Amino acid sequence: MTLVREKVRLPEVARCDDRPVLRQRGQHEVFCGLTGIMWLHRKIQDAFFLIVGSRTCAHLMQSAAGVMIFAEPRFGTAIMEERDLAGLADMNDELDSVVDKLLQRRPDIRLLFLVGSCPSEVIKLDLSRAAQRLSLKHNPDVRILNYSGSGIETTFTQGEDACLAALVPTLPPEPDNAPASLLVVGALADVVEDQFARLFDQLGIGPVRFLPARLADDMPSVGSNTIMLLAQPFLTQTLQALEDRGATLLQAPFPLGANGTTAWLRAAADAFGVDADTFDAVTKAPRERASRAVALHHEQLAGKAVFFFPDSQLEIPLARFLLEELGMTASEVGTPYLDKRLMAPELNALPSDVAVSEGQDVDKQLARCRAARPDITVCGLGLANPLEVEGMTTKWSIELVFTPIQGYEQAGDLAELFARPLNRKTRLEV
Amino acid sequence: MQLTIWTYEGPPHVGAMRIATAMTDMHYLLHAPQGDTYADLLFTMIERRKKRPPVTYTTFQARDLGGDTAQLFMDAARQADEEFQPAAMIVGASCTGELIQDDPGGLSKTLGLEIPVIPVELPSYSKKENWGAAETFYQIVRTLAPYGEEKDRSENAAPTCNILGPTALGFRHRDDVTEIVKLLESLGICVNVVAPLDAETRDILALRHADFNVVLYPEIAGTAAQWLKRTFRQPFTKTVPIGVGATKDFIREVADIAGLDADVLLSKADSRLPWYSRSIDSTYLTGKRVYLFGDATHVIAMARVAEKEMGFKVVGMGTYTREFARDVRDAAKLYDVEALITDDYLEVEDQIQALQPELVLGTQMERHIAKRLGIPCAVISAPVHVQDYPARYSPQMGFEGANVLFDTLVHPLTMGLDEHLLNMFRDDFEFNDAAGPSHLGHAAAGSQKTAEEPAQPELAGAADVQADDVVWLADAEQELKKIPFFVRGKARRNTEKFAADNGLAEISMETLYEAKSHFSR
Repeated sequence: MTLVREKVRLPEVARCDDRPVLRQRGQHEVFCGLTGIMWLHRKIQDAFFLIVGSRTCAHLMQSAAGVMIFAEPRFGTAIMEERDLAGLADMNDELDSVVDKLLQRRPDIRLLFLVGSCPSEVIKLDLSRAAQRLSLKHNPDVRILNYSGSGIETTFTQGEDACLAALVPTLPPEPDNAPASLLVVGALADVVEDQFARLFDQLGIGPVRFLPARLADDMPSVGSNTIMLLAQPFLTQTLQALEDRGATLLQAPFPLGANGTTAWLRAAADAFGVDADTFDAVTKAPRERASRAVALHHEQLAGKAVFFFPDSQLEIPLARFLLEELGMTASEVGTPYLDKRLMAPELNALPSDVAVSEGQDVDKQLARCRAARPDITVCGLGLANPLEVEGMTTKWSIELVFTPIQGYEQAGDLAELFARPLNRKTRLEV
Repeated sequence: MQLTIWTYEGPPHVGAMRIATAMTDMHYLLHAPQGDTYADLLFTMIERRKKRPPVTYTTFQARDLGGDTAQLFMDAARQADEEFQPAAMIVGASCTGELIQDDPGGLSKTLGLEIPVIPVELPSYSKKENWGAAETFYQIVRTLAPYGEEKDRSENAAPTCNILGPTALGFRHRDDVTEIVKLLESLGICVNVVAPLDAETRDILALRHADFNVVLYPEIAGTAAQWLKRTFRQPFTKTVPIGVGATKDFIREVADIAGLDADVLLSKADSRLPWYSRSIDSTYLTGKRVYLFGDATHVIAMARVAEKEMGFKVVGMGTYTREFARDVRDAAKLYDVEALITDDYLEVEDQIQALQPELVLGTQMERHIAKRLGIPCAVISAPVHVQDYPARYSPQMGFEGANVLFDTLVHPLTMGLDEHLLNMFRDDFEFNDAAGPSHLGHAAAGSQKTAEEPAQPELAGAADVQADDVVWLADAEQELKKIPFFVRGKARRNTEKFAADNGLAEISMETLYEAKSHFSR
């Protein structure tokens, strides 16, 4: 334990919630981790994501996010073909030539991710060796890393977890005698990141760094005096990798809603010894603004029941927000994967009678949903319209991932995302 | 290994999904990992279908791979049979399922289900969506049709046909079917079965009762129609009735097959397109340079409509349907152009940029390309977008389809009288493109901006390619600005090409008008 570390007060580890969790294994109606590229490539502005996969991967990317809007998106798919699989072409040679061509056309790229897919994982194509080989070749202009976004290993947001975990070993080391610094982990919209940076600055917490950074060369350093706050709940693997580098986690609820944001900021404030008066003075105005913005939707949402299909691992924090700040109830909160350690502060804030489920058997879950007749169902794009036809009101879960929802200034927007489908129902007379 | 940023066709199992989803009581068991379930949203979001596609994905995970994924497949099959009670089931694998070599076809034989189980093997690493749809439909027909009973038809019965090819997620298939059924019935021909769209499994057994088959979309129904011809001696139509001329040819072909009098049937032909095209407002359409790209069926048909029925000039055409490359090449020869056969949209973009057409007829991708280049565009082909499912009745086929096409092709262009006025008043101090619309008030009017031309980045970008070594003199630049904005890009390009061809380093006003006269038609 270093001198600096002793100045930082770490909270007690929260007790794990011991409620029963319904675990199901059957057909999963979820995206794979490749989908994370949609927001990661917008976040890291000089990174390119090269999926090594099949036509299905390419088709997923364009179907799930309407890719056509980007003139030349910073992601693409190296589609494996028959001759690659039949061994007529050496897959590594092929990949090298695709990467050469790509980097030639895009000299602005500084960081290239080779992203594994279901087919590349099944045939055990060694992308980590390919990344090493190609890194040597393109050093120092481009760093080349790899991770798997395959559907056999990752569900939706776990793609970001795998990507960030791949970045961690490349982060510059922080000397042992460096002052304590705060590392905010998980991709946030730039606007949200800037808001948090201002708040930490006003609280006198610093230095504050964000992972991922917006540019490849600005990735934060990490060491034994790094204190971490997770901005996103799906970062199990990244957290592990950062802990291996000596960083320490601050357990906190996630910054969703006025309460969640306050608790999240407070965790950092307490650790960095910010006094209560300063904390109140800094957070009072935005906190009240957030509460007022959320309250606008209270009337529409209070007493309404929500049902979450598993999707992004944001479900439990979102349910906590809806129950706590909007007076809603929950029929079922499904999550694709439950990390009890990360989720402990959230589960503790969720009433014990709320049913939590992990994994999915989609037909059984649909039957439970129909039986529960919730007022609003949060589900994926494949399920939403068919449920609407049955008279249910739905919210596309993907919008909760693509929209900036974290922090005080977005709390009202977050409430509005849930209020809008109900609001719309009341307007339509056809 | 092929680097792709965007693809015109999905993988072949999506084609199979289009067949299964089109039918009312078919189920598709797909050996696939969880991410492949994204395909459901194509049907529920883009096409706004009211039900989930009838597809069960085994959604195997990495941890299953060491174990028994075959058992997972068997369990999923039995569960799907129990839960959805389909009349028949197709089984197969997606790209990843194919690699783990569980042999869904072989496994399905041991399932012992009481319904027909049809294996469809779709090579994911060499084939694509349309091929997958065609192969699936063919396998279903080949497996089930022979079980239909033979039926003697009485001498005086009306001729009957099947309509083959419309699927779920098709480009205007829903309305094309309605239009063609109406057309055939008006000709006195009974429609026996439409498949696969809205067909039941037992309809496939009834296919053999028809006298002939109408193939609406050869990419999808071609293989099945060939087999039906070989097996049940059912002839099939080869004309795709898109446009007035093709619809008339289709009527002639059908009359010939059904032994009816074509002249009588043709007298019923009724479309507004011929008159609209001949009315004087349409004069401005004359020789408009049009570029086409899409699936083979729509590109071949629309090229004919564009050139022969609208009076446009086809300056380029191409397709991503490699299976029908020869047909598209042959069609292109009719218009003295060489067909582009590619599935790389960047090549299509290059060609559009090089040709600078005045209208692009393409897919959603060409719509984006055209938008970037500032060229009007109409969408005529899949891949589909939510906009391609209009709420109104909007067929492409038959005579009503021809009406729709006239509107589709004309609306992106500036209308005739408008174009005339724009030309007449192009130097007018307030009626020019830099001035904002009058209803926006003076604040929005850009009279000060005239000197500082508002950037048209796409056109400037297009010009940059060759503009580097040619200098525009001030008077020529000024004159260029007087040319209506929607043809300015072409004028700039032509002038620069003219200058380059003639070894001129500078473009004066003189050069501009020399070029204009050189390129004028």
